[in-house]
Amino acid sequence: MAVVFADIGRNVFIDGDLESAVNEGVRLAYTDGYLRKSVLDPITRVNTRDNTPAVLHVRFVPGDKLTLTAVPKGFGSENMSRLFMLSPSAGIEGIIGGIVTTVLDAGASACPPVVVGVGIGGTMEQAALLAKRQLLRPLGISAERGDLADIEREALRRINESGVGPMGLGGNTTALAVHVGALPTHIAGLPVAVNLQCHACRHASEEV
Amino acid sequence: MEYSLNVPVPENELQKLRAGDVIRLTGTVYTARDAAHARFADMLGRGEPLPVPKGSCIYYAGPCPAAPGEVIGPCGPTTSKRMDAFMPAMLDYGVSQFIGKGPRAPFVYDAMRGRAVGFSATGGAGMLYASRITECELVAFPDLGAEAVYRLCVTDFPVVVTFDLSGVDLYSVHSGKRPVSTPAG
Repeated sequence: MAVVFADIGRNVFIDGDLESAVNEGVRLAYTDGYLRKSVLDPITRVNTRDNTPAVLHVRFVPGDKLTLTAVPKGFGSENMSRLFMLSPSAGIEGIIGGIVTTVLDAGASACPPVVVGVGIGGTMEQAALLAKRQLLRPLGISAERGDLADIEREALRRINESGVGPMGLGGNTTALAVHVGALPTHIAGLPVAVNLQCHACRHASEEV
Repeated sequence: MEYSLNVPVPENELQKLRAGDVIRLTGTVYTARDAAHARFADMLGRGEPLPVPKGSCIYYAGPCPAAPGEVIGPCGPTTSKRMDAFMPAMLDYGVSQFIGKGPRAPFVYDAMRGRAVGFSATGGAGMLYASRITECELVAFPDLGAEAVYRLCVTDFPVVVTFDLSGVDLYSVHSGKRPVSTPAG
């Protein structure tokens, strides 16, 4: 599915309908670019024939630029993604356990080696979106926060120690990276969303 | 072991395959994934013949459209287990081999043991697989687009045997459920 992140500078004025423009871009990419039409109504299962609508995430940022990031998302890995509404008592060990369990339960189905996006905190939907945003971070860059980088390192170590390996056929590389982001949450909660991405982790950004 | 075989693999050759073997398949396969299998199930329920011959190799895939001058677009495997619910009926119909990716439910493996083998292709390698497809013909359900049934002629199509007739499941060997040094919380 075509997932598009739009970061809109506060000083940008858009004369027209951003959502329509994004969908038109997706339509052209999938029809003129010979990409597969993979989007359909969830109940009737009738295909929309042009891969629209895109999943559009808009946020406002400082500045006068519009940044669009396109992330074509396969569903082998999306299907195996998980949300844990943990109890705060689960702590760091609960968070790491959730991440590792998700990847191991996904096994070969998520097309390992995977990239693991993790969103901790916020509300249910914010954790999920935060997890997806982590997939945009280039490989090889740790979280800026030291405590999050520690979670990334430990989760990756346990995942790769499992021996699931590329395509689930055995080996030491089950995940290429674990990327963790965190946002403040409620005193009663510890949401942890784990969004998996197969090794074909493609995304591109364009500043307008 | 690495070797080449014709596909569909003849019944007397199926028993020679061992989980872990790497094989290059040459011959004919039929694509069918989620929506096509739902239609197969309806047709079998009505006692109608399927658009795929008995003894066929089913490829769980939904190809991208062909660009001008190409036979087919990228055509990698999709997850096998989504076809689990349909598998017993497909086995009864006479499907004895499939190409997909990932493990299947225990009830599917129970039904397959001694009757069918499972091949796995590499997810994310759709361009490679497309390069090994020399013919593509729409066979049934054109309204399903990528999910329609296509007959593909393949040459040196690389797959791994992940379930053999004796019942060995390669994925269970590497399920990651063996103990790790620190227990997952």
